Amino acid sequence: MSTDYAVEVHDLTRKFGDFVAVDHVSLSVKAGQVFGFLGPNGAGKSTTIRMLCGLLLPSSGSGQVAGFDIMTESETIKRHIGYMSQKFSLYDDLSVEENIDFFSGIYNVPRATRRERKDWVLEMAGLADKRDNLTRSLAGGWKQRLALGCAVLHEPPILFLDEPTSGVDPLSRRQFWDLIAQMAHQGTTVFVTTHYMEEAEYCDELALISRGKMIAKGTPAELKTIIPEDILEIRVENPFEALEQLENSGLVKDVALFGDTLHAVVEDADAATVAVGDFLTEHGLASTGIVQVRPSMEDVFVSLVELEDRKSAEGAQT
Amino acid sequence: MSDIAIQASGLGRAFGDMWAVRGLELEVRRGEIFGLVGPDGAGKTTTMRMLTGILAASEGDATVAGFSIQDGDEEIKARISYMSQRFGLYGDLTVEENLRFYADLYEVPRRDREPLEERLLGFSNLTPFRKRQARNLSGGMKQKLGLACALIHKPEILFLDEPTNGVDPVSRRDFWRILYAMLKEGVTIFVSTAYLDEAERCTRVGLMHRGRLIQCDTPQKLKQGLTGQLLELETEQPRVAREALAAQLGSGRVSLFGGMLHLYTEDTTEAEQVRGILKEAGTTILAEKIITPTLEDVFIHQVTQDDAEAPA
Repeated sequence: MSTDYAVEVHDLTRKFGDFVAVDHVSLSVKAGQVFGFLGPNGAGKSTTIRMLCGLLLPSSGSGQVAGFDIMTESETIKRHIGYMSQKFSLYDDLSVEENIDFFSGIYNVPRATRRERKDWVLEMAGLADKRDNLTRSLAGGWKQRLALGCAVLHEPPILFLDEPTSGVDPLSRRQFWDLIAQMAHQGTTVFVTTHYMEEAEYCDELALISRGKMIAKGTPAELKTIIPEDILEIRVENPFEALEQLENSGLVKDVALFGDTLHAVVEDADAATVAVGDFLTEHGLASTGIVQVRPSMEDVFVSLVELEDRKSAEGAQT
Repeated sequence: MSDIAIQASGLGRAFGDMWAVRGLELEVRRGEIFGLVGPDGAGKTTTMRMLTGILAASEGDATVAGFSIQDGDEEIKARISYMSQRFGLYGDLTVEENLRFYADLYEVPRRDREPLEERLLGFSNLTPFRKRQARNLSGGMKQKLGLACALIHKPEILFLDEPTNGVDPVSRRDFWRILYAMLKEGVTIFVSTAYLDEAERCTRVGLMHRGRLIQCDTPQKLKQGLTGQLLELETEQPRVAREALAAQLGSGRVSLFGGMLHLYTEDTTEAEQVRGILKEAGTTILAEKIITPTLEDVFIHQVTQDDAEAPA
């Protein structure tokens, strides 16, 4: 079966008892893309990934991963993908090299290419001079790159990464994403979840789920045009104080800290710029600049998730 | 009461032959929110554990809330709260039972409890979930409950070790709302984080690397301290462009950001070279501008530079 899509699923659903963890999710990922899968804690991201990897059978739905049917060919799917979970399933009491050998065996890497693949992983992860170190002694960034290397030993066309950078420092995160960019450049499809919204910017396409349901899809640029409101960036001497005052001012729909500035969600940027400026001055919190900015990925995420939460609360009341 | 909440001088800790932290000089004023950032293994957690009196220092001294860590650790523990990366919530207790458990542990007077409990639950948006067992909370909710438990005895100083790891953006906002409310009441906050947008809003930020504090200042001053410029380039094929520039200039200086390339340069004449590299790679620059660096750019630059200068 040949297709332009590495992953294509329709109405994917998974129930645990009465609880619907994933509810009719449809998505398609083009081959060679970096696809970002976002959503709040508990939204169903890991459950979806586990179904796509053939680790968990869907309750209903249809589709293919790497050209194999998700309902009937889960064993074949497992051999054609790489999967790296949040917990980097490495053996702490094995050395770096022993972990690589172990996973080479698991993934049936042909004997003839094992050495070459091992050297590649050691080189890619920058672990060549640490090959004999116990895995438990490695810092987070090294461990993460080793886990990534082990997940791609068998050169899978699709790689699934479930929060691969959680708790990893910014430098290691950036190195990790450099590796992802290289792999995508060479044709690997990468399906990744993250809570770091700046990492979502590195993806070609994004999907956002909340409470098991798909709520938005598109490129990073497209998602930023989805929210109907405007975003103001407010620079002010005391952002914490300004945050509290603005929350109760009735002038903004929402306001939050963004780095050392505030981002306010408003109906109309021009009118609000003046009103917010006057308000802050009146409260002795003169701002050093209020400008309309493009929504950040975090603005989009929070705005869409909160909208969905409100809808679901209204639904529950009626 | 002195206006210094934390002061460390020559503080260090060795594990065997390895110094996890050495020669740490640090001062945190009361009412400040101080952010500690650095790569994994830089010594952040060790520092925090010494300051909270959990781990003995190998050399140097520190005073925390007015008491020396050498002999005042009991006094210190009564005046601080420490939320470690694995904060001890009881999975089979409900949200409010966990809060009560910590209130008992810290001997919070009964009459103070209820209003404080309600407030903390309200702040953290956990009121509707008060009867839910902690093990059935999502990751973000667990962290908020951990914070609420750490605050139930109204500490003078709150230590938080990477509290928002793996927490989604919505819960992260709630979490920071609680921190702000505490700050307003005069609580000093000492927080380590892997999210540099969080560090941006701290009063001052310390950057640790290889057990030393290599930079410590306000976020603004740290950013002004960068000698080079950050260029944002819009190119036809950003992936191809990144690979080409990374190969020629080193991958630490170039990254993809939302379809744009960010390039750190200390040499303004380099623009010509960049154009050449991209032309050779078969792509061109559509637009370019100089942008303000973020704290993440500072972090990556300083750590890379410190690595380059370190003896092998």
